Amino acid sequence: MNTDPHPAIEVRNLKLSYDDYPVLHHINFKVNKGDIFIIMGGSGCGKSTLLKALTGLLEPLEGEVLYGDKNFWKANDARQYAMMRNFGVLYQGGALWSSLTLWENVALPLQLHSKLSAAEIREMAELKLALVGLRGYADFYPSEISGGMRKRAGLARAVALDPDIIFFDEPSAGLDPVNAKMLDDLILELRDIFDSTFVVVTHELASIFAIGNNAVFLDEESKTMLAAGSPKDLLDNCRDQRVIQFLTRGEKKGAKQ
Amino acid sequence: MPTEKLLFDYSTPKTLRLKLSGDWHIASGLPDTDEVTAQMAVHAGLKQIVFDVSADMKWDSAFVAFLLRLDEACRIRKISMSRQGLPQDVMKIFDSAYSAMTSAMVPHKPERGEFFEMVGKGITHFYAETLSLLEFIGEITLAFGRLARGKISFRRGDFFYIIQRSGVDALGLVSLISIMVGIIFAFVGAIQLQTFGAQIFVAHIVGIAMVRVMGAVMAGILMAGRTGASFAAELGIMQTNEEIDALKTLGINPVDFLVVPRVLALIIMLPLLTLYADIMGILGGLLICATMLGINPLEYWQHTQMAVKLSNLWVGLVNSLAFGVIVAVAGCFYGIKCERSAAGVGQATTAAVVSAITWIVIATTLITFICQILGIN
Repeated sequence: MNTDPHPAIEVRNLKLSYDDYPVLHHINFKVNKGDIFIIMGGSGCGKSTLLKALTGLLEPLEGEVLYGDKNFWKANDARQYAMMRNFGVLYQGGALWSSLTLWENVALPLQLHSKLSAAEIREMAELKLALVGLRGYADFYPSEISGGMRKRAGLARAVALDPDIIFFDEPSAGLDPVNAKMLDDLILELRDIFDSTFVVVTHELASIFAIGNNAVFLDEESKTMLAAGSPKDLLDNCRDQRVIQFLTRGEKKGAKQ
Repeated sequence: MPTEKLLFDYSTPKTLRLKLSGDWHIASGLPDTDEVTAQMAVHAGLKQIVFDVSADMKWDSAFVAFLLRLDEACRIRKISMSRQGLPQDVMKIFDSAYSAMTSAMVPHKPERGEFFEMVGKGITHFYAETLSLLEFIGEITLAFGRLARGKISFRRGDFFYIIQRSGVDALGLVSLISIMVGIIFAFVGAIQLQTFGAQIFVAHIVGIAMVRVMGAVMAGILMAGRTGASFAAELGIMQTNEEIDALKTLGINPVDFLVVPRVLALIIMLPLLTLYADIMGILGGLLICATMLGINPLEYWQHTQMAVKLSNLWVGLVNSLAFGVIVAVAGCFYGIKCERSAAGVGQATTAAVVSAITWIVIATTLITFICQILGIN
């Protein structure tokens, strides 16, 4: 049972840009432990950019990202790397290292950050692959499996070190509805198994409602967040036209002004 | 010896109670299951294993992997492993892992095969690749036929950009290497010729060597490493990103659009770079002759003019033209045939450079041999 009073992630007044080009400003939200937190919004609204700031790949212009009571961007490099070891990230295409087999992909973080023996690392890698439904594929290369399987293998790598927080960048992108549903179910199952916090960047409505218990909506035009809350609450109670349009695929255009 | 994390208790008959405590995280390492199996071997009458988990025990999936190994060892020895003492969370992940690890469906991964099978596959692969290369050269030839008839078009901007990248941008490197080669020839020649007082003939050695062969060879090798590699990586990444498929589905022949401008650019630029390399090499020789051998620069220049015949220049240019085709074709061929992965792009780039340099050496030998037979001196 976790008794830490801090939220898993707290974002305070975040402002992001690429050089002089502003992407997002005034972003504030909290992600509670065990949440499946959705970062949603239309294409180009800065979802992936926000994910980069959360995962330590893009330093914000202003603001803070706190993991528990630790301020990520004010920490030195060594502390940042230590915090990043508690992250798992599933990238859009899986981002598997193509010259390594699936078990080697999963094993690499274990080899670098654990004291397990070579045999134990192999076992752990096979266990993680089995948990994502890839038992028996340990010796396959990424080029030998389908796109959906690559994503699952990427997920096995993301949970290799049993991280506290797992980030997903568009997990359903490029998947057929059946595989997308399977991945959603897998995310729910892994949340139960690992008791981790999940942050999912997506604009897939089916996934948002199926797995998300909290969310933030980003808007491209105003370059900030327009709403935060559970997706179902936002659908029922949010009064912002852009949020409602997004959550109803434009079918309730201007219904709630 | 049992560790603090793992203690053995035999107070109940025929039962091994495993007392677990401490940190069982991935990062901190785990006790070896061999310790438990050794206990099983020593206590022959053992019927069951039970767990006594301390409240302060910390764990993650490494502990689950330990339990799976232990479960396997128990099944082999027909000892029952009671899960009752395990925390609920551990039971949950253990059950998921157990069912995942024992699911019936396992894919078949093809084996690597025996030595002779591998050799056979290697020969077949070489044969297929040679055919593929010949087909590619045929496609380029046909494309140049269409170019001559004005029936293909590519973006002029791309063409001039390739010319700039492979020509103008390479001038610095070509200058440096060619001057160095000229200096090396001058030094090597001077060592022998000084003993006869014939050091002025260093101008002959440097001039003929650079203009007839070395200028073209050095420019060709530099282009193979620089431009050929860049062609292979660029086209390889285009192949990986399905950009080449996109061209095909739009009815655009990738050879016309991507390969012809690159081959044409190198056919134009390599002879020009070779002429430039010749001049730089001769200047490198002059540098040594003037500063270290006491030869008048004007005298050096006159001897160079006397030694280097027009036929030497033509042989050098024919070499450079062949090298231009070799470097461009190798770069484009391996780029377009690239496997769709990061490793594939690396392999394509390596193959392009290695094969271009190999073929440059082979072509130099052949051209030199043909010139000897035809009496072109």
